[in-house]
Amino acid sequence: MVLMDKTARRHRWDTKFAPYGYVAPYFLIFGVFGLFPLLYTIWVSLQDRNLLESEAATFVWFANYAKLMADPYFWNAMGNTLSLWLLTTVPQILFALFIAQLLNRKVRTRTLFRMGVILPNITSVAAVTIIFAQLFGRDFGLVNWVLELFGAGQIDWQAGTASSHVAIAVMVVWRWTGYHALIFLASMQAIPSTLYEAATLDGANGRQQFWRITVPLLRPQIIFTTIIATTGNMRLLAEPLLFNPGAAAATGGSDRQFQTAALYLYEQGFTKYDFGYSSSIAVVLAIATVVVAGLGYLATKRIRTE
Amino acid sequence: MTAVLERPAPVRPAGPATRARRLARRVGGPWTYAALIAVLAGSAFPVYWSFVVSSQTPDAIDSVPPVLVPGGHLFANIARVFDTTDFALAMVNSIVVSGTVTISVVLFSTLAGFAFAKLKFRGRNVLLLLIIGTQAIPTELGIIPLYMMMAEFGWAGEIHAVIVPGLVTAFGVFFMRQYFERAIPDELLEAGRMDGCGSLRLFWHVALPAARPAAAVLGLFTFMQAWNDFFWPLVVLTPENPTVQTALSTLASGYTTDYTLVLTAATIGTVPVLAVFLLFGRQIVGGIMSGAVKG
Repeated sequence: MVLMDKTARRHRWDTKFAPYGYVAPYFLIFGVFGLFPLLYTIWVSLQDRNLLESEAATFVWFANYAKLMADPYFWNAMGNTLSLWLLTTVPQILFALFIAQLLNRKVRTRTLFRMGVILPNITSVAAVTIIFAQLFGRDFGLVNWVLELFGAGQIDWQAGTASSHVAIAVMVVWRWTGYHALIFLASMQAIPSTLYEAATLDGANGRQQFWRITVPLLRPQIIFTTIIATTGNMRLLAEPLLFNPGAAAATGGSDRQFQTAALYLYEQGFTKYDFGYSSSIAVVLAIATVVVAGLGYLATKRIRTE
Repeated sequence: MTAVLERPAPVRPAGPATRARRLARRVGGPWTYAALIAVLAGSAFPVYWSFVVSSQTPDAIDSVPPVLVPGGHLFANIARVFDTTDFALAMVNSIVVSGTVTISVVLFSTLAGFAFAKLKFRGRNVLLLLIIGTQAIPTELGIIPLYMMMAEFGWAGEIHAVIVPGLVTAFGVFFMRQYFERAIPDELLEAGRMDGCGSLRLFWHVALPAARPAAAVLGLFTFMQAWNDFFWPLVVLTPENPTVQTALSTLASGYTTDYTLVLTAATIGTVPVLAVFLLFGRQIVGGIMSGAVKG
């Protein structure tokens, strides 16, 4: 009798409380090392605070934000961020659609091609950037050598605003396009082939079928990818940092021509140790990311589904 | 004469020809192969190039026209990387970080995913929504307070500062939950309950063995992501105690960049993920296509 009672009690405990124990590790660790720092950023952004004298932190209301709004380096960094967002996100999605379309045909060595497109995504961002920095080198880079062959002359990729943005965009697009292509491919395979058969009978050619059937049916996936790519591309840091590594890496080029907002946050936070100011950049960047992702959503939502 | 009859006849006559054409659309022709091979070449070239540079001398790299094939200096360059920097320490650190993070993420994600998919408890749906919501949060933006915490704990510069925040991921929990939902019938667990199994024993003896394929995919992704992580290790670690990625950054920041040295280090640092990729490429592709979305 006593034994029965004990097992019953244990069973009750097991069904009622044990599940919380199983999910607790996630919430504990994420709460302490993920969510708390994120929210605390807002508090730090209202302080005049640096690494060296944290006791001397003073509450300054919105002084950091006021300074930020009048800071030309910040606006330069935001401009670069938006330019890079456009130069990375749009080609990523267009190329990914194109590659997914190719992968969706019946081909031999299917797995080889699929693995091939994902290869860039498994290489580290640090290695990728260093490799591309060498390829885009002014004097001995392969890209300039090829341009020279075609008589286009050499380009000092790091020096100009436009050229440096193109070079960085190439790195990002190279690393992420294949990944998005596989996501699109998965959705393409779910499109019933009868739709294409009917369209073929109606005389629609491949291009018409792509824009009138494939793209509209992939709309949810395109919206999703746009948002995911936006959150990534709005906080590019490793690429601009390592494109011109060295003592002044955090400024993103000699004239800050490719300093992103995330890189400016890093410069203020971890080379000047101005934690309050750096946190205000983080908050504004977070808001800007939400706004831009919203714009991306509105743009991709307009794809006609007919 | 009815309207139907007035409609223009189909351009192509029905019959075998149409079927052949229809098949031709689905099967890749020579242009498809040409385009795919071009994509493949573009994907692989930078990695190949990194290997080429690592096997050359600085003079050969700076020659015009450039050499496009590997040379014979790979081992000399590897020796130079390990002589000039503490790259061995970086490798050990990266292995410890990625290994610990992978085991932890897989274990905690499987446990929580099991609870969310197969156990009933109050607040379950709210908590699950919370996890899905946190997936979209760019936690990188909390880097300043996170650094302040680590400095407070005395962990700045130590590798546990890199390990601990990575011990769980929202994506992992959600991914495993989706798998359990589909892969394990409730009847199986019910039968276990009848036999007097508690939930922990059900997890260990029924759920965990059944979850092995998904856990393996999650493990692969987590390992590669932890290995490649850059921003947070760069901030919290010092050049004296680096991971592979921050060591690369330090090497590249030298006064004059010797690309044979830097790219040899990049090549060495890529070998572990490349090995994982070549061994389990099929599973990785399958994982991405089944919705394994990493942020």
